[in-house]
Amino acid sequence: MRELRADLAIAGGGPSAIAAACAAAERGEQVLVIDRQPAPGGQIWRGQTNEWHERFRRCGAQWLGRAEIYDAAPGMTLMAQAPDGPAAIRAGRVLVATGARELFLPFPGWTLPGVYGAGGLQALVKSGLNVRGLRVVVAGSGPLLAAVAAQLIESGAHVLRVCEQAERTQMTPFFRYVAMHPEKWLQAAELGLLLAGRYQTGVWPVAARGAGKLEAVELSSGETIRAEALACGFGLVPNVELAQLLGCDLAGDGFVKVDEKQRTTAPGVFAAGEVCGIGGVEIAIGEGLIAGGASASLDRSFRGVLAAAFRLRGELRRLPQPSTYVCRCEDVTWSRIEPFDNWREAKLQTRCGMGSCQGRVCGASLGFLKGWPPPEPRSPLAPVPLESLASE
Amino acid sequence: MSRPDAIVIGAGICGAACAAALARDGLRVRVLEGHLPGGGVTGAGMGHIVVLDDNPPEFALSRHARDLWDAMIPQLPPEAECSPCGTLWVAADQEEFDAARQKLARLTGAGVRAELLDPAQLAEAEPNLRPGLAGGLLLPGDSILYPPLVAQWFLNSSPLIEVRRERASTLRLDAPVRILATGSQLDLLPQLPIKPRKGHLVITDRYPGLLNAELVELGYIKNAHGGAAESVAFNVQPRATGQLLIGSSRQFGATTAAVEPHMVRRMLQRAFEFVPALAQCKAIRTWTGFRAATPDNLPYIGPWPDDPGLWIAMGHEGLGLTTAPAVAELLADQIAGRATAIDPTPYLPARILA
Ligand SMILES: Cc1cc2nc3c(=O)[nH]c(=O)nc-3n(C[C@H](O)[C@@H](O)[C@H](O)COP(=O)(O)OP(=O)(O)OC[C@H]3O[C@@H](n4cnc5c(N)ncnc54)[C@H](O)[C@@H]3O)c2cc1C
Ligand SMILES: Cc1cc2nc3c(=O)[nH]c(=O)nc-3n(C[C@H](O)[C@H](O)[C@H](O)COP(=O)(O)OP(=O)(O)OC[C@H]3O[C@@H](n4cnc5c(N)ncnc54)[C@H](O)[C@@H]3O)c2cc1C
Repeated sequence: MRELRADLAIAGGGPSAIAAACAAAERGEQVLVIDRQPAPGGQIWRGQTNEWHERFRRCGAQWLGRAEIYDAAPGMTLMAQAPDGPAAIRAGRVLVATGARELFLPFPGWTLPGVYGAGGLQALVKSGLNVRGLRVVVAGSGPLLAAVAAQLIESGAHVLRVCEQAERTQMTPFFRYVAMHPEKWLQAAELGLLLAGRYQTGVWPVAARGAGKLEAVELSSGETIRAEALACGFGLVPNVELAQLLGCDLAGDGFVKVDEKQRTTAPGVFAAGEVCGIGGVEIAIGEGLIAGGASASLDRSFRGVLAAAFRLRGELRRLPQPSTYVCRCEDVTWSRIEPFDNWREAKLQTRCGMGSCQGRVCGASLGFLKGWPPPEPRSPLAPVPLESLASE
Repeated sequence: MSRPDAIVIGAGICGAACAAALARDGLRVRVLEGHLPGGGVTGAGMGHIVVLDDNPPEFALSRHARDLWDAMIPQLPPEAECSPCGTLWVAADQEEFDAARQKLARLTGAGVRAELLDPAQLAEAEPNLRPGLAGGLLLPGDSILYPPLVAQWFLNSSPLIEVRRERASTLRLDAPVRILATGSQLDLLPQLPIKPRKGHLVITDRYPGLLNAELVELGYIKNAHGGAAESVAFNVQPRATGQLLIGSSRQFGATTAAVEPHMVRRMLQRAFEFVPALAQCKAIRTWTGFRAATPDNLPYIGPWPDDPGLWIAMGHEGLGLTTAPAVAELLADQIAGRATAIDPTPYLPARILA
């Protein structure tokens, strides 16, 4: 197997990774950044370039793109499946900057073609999907909904409605925080204008209807909206699996536990960005800089504000109906999972979470629906050719 | 339930099958399970229902068990993922093909259906096997299933069965009949000369149609019954889901359940030698399990000589999913004082003391 070496190996290529890579490489460290995407930028800077891309290009860090990290071995070794085969990456220290993914909650019809993850549809648009004229409902929870709606409008889609499950009163601290932070004003004002009259709080989707593809979205308010697409997401869950495989402890809220220098509880392993808490790009960059050895002044209070403002309401636990698929890899319905009171037994008896996503989707939704801690991650973290597991 | 007629310790496939058999005789059965029903070795095994004929007692037990499965399989729910795919024993060279021929004679002589395949027939049956193999032996009556669900199905089979989620810390339990069925956990009866034998498995994403039968190399038995500290053999199973489940490895002396990359490598390289197309298939998970190996490669089924009322169902090595219904029937018949369907002598635990 090909071997790569670095002083600092960074898992992930989003804002926190880029900031860390710049900070460390500019201080003379040999840095290798590994990401499954073809280009640096992560979720938010996908398909665009900005001053950070420029700085990253100049800093001398190496980039290994289209590479899926599927395992970690003791002694700071990451295994990645790159386009030209597997590679073993041996590093002096490792930074886990693997970000977060969307939380999907199962409701009747959520597996119909035409129902997308909100971030997933955004990513498709960023990589060139034509949505001109498409009639879209955006629904779920969190600030991502507004960003996705704005992007869709810009690309010519008809955004019919943006449904936020949180009540407006619950969101007050969020609005207050934005009001107190002038750097967020412009963004908020633009969004406000764009979404005026379409943004609704205290409403969520209860069913997606259609024969073979999405035709209408049923809302908790009783209203039905005819639409061709539903972009849906109920917030974000951190991608902590690699960190766990590296032996890092999680905090009670499920994020990777770090100290003020972004050190995890595993010696030599650092973490930064959304794996440590959901709080947006500024915090991610700041944590990246610190993890890369630079100093940065950092206010993480926005994380707490977001978590409280967009806390999911208990009614969402009643979204799945008996025949609703919860595990779409293995076609396991809610009626089969509902009777169990722990993840391991539900998995053993229903094969829920045993498919190709290994419970990344249903594990997260059951974390909310049932309060079950997510399954322990195992190698391989992602599907990997047997050939790679067999190579010396 | 007040005082039960029988207590079964362990709700793996063997304990669960025993509980079902005793309940059929009208006994009120309490099952003690320290973890999860079907969550021990049963949750780790491949679920291959296979007739093995390496020695007469193994043949008698697995063959009788398969007959019992044939009667039960139509009643299993679809989630048991039962698939009558058969076993195809693959001969790499002429010596192994000769062995296949002898196996054919033994099997058909005892009334078990089997067909010898020449290289062309083998290639037709399994186009993804590499060219140049010497032939094969197909046992169409073998099948595969999903064991943890079947263990639970046994437990659900009668209202006379009560499952208690608790660990037994002693064999001195208050019931006229007690059955020890704790798989590879030996702390309750350390006198049993059983050694844990670790096995690795790899499961892939879905590749329906790539293979048709469960493929096993004829050298498998050498591997299974040999005493080598570490060995691997080609053994790939097409699950009902379209996934491929790849074995098998055997290791004595392993102390943790951790997946060991060097064993996974050896096992996969062996599999690629037979089915080169596997190299491009994607793995989604790897895991391990511990078989309960005995010095003479036969299980312990029967009364424990030193303790009246204590019955043993232990030491099933790599065949306990197959043999479970026969193990249960042998014990139930002996407990009821009935004649047994097969001679119980070779499996009696008393042989340890001889
Ligand atoms: C026929 C078959 C097909 C399968 N197909 C798939 C598949 O397609 N995809 C897939 O992902 N898996 C599949 N499996 C998975 C199989 O169930 C294992 O992956 C299973 O997850 C066990 O492996 P594990 O060690 O990873 O255990 P996990 O289920 O991941 O975890 C085991 C946990 O249980 C705990 N534990 C074990 N014993 C005890 C005890 N006695 N007391 C307390 N705690 C205990 C361990 O500490 C550990 O935390 C299949 C299994 C079978 C039998
Ligand atoms: C990798 C691998 C592949 C295999 N493939 C096959 C195959 O294809 N076909 C086949 O026929 N066989 C196969 N086997 C063998 C088969 O899995 C085992 O023989 C069989 O599952 C054993 O079942 P059991 O009930 O004896 O043990 P287990 O399933 O381990 O059940 C024992 C139970 O007892 C419980 N327990 C233990 N101690 C206590 C206590 N003190 N109190 C209460 N409960 C307790 C445990 O928690 C456990 O649930 C395979 C085995 C391995 C490891």
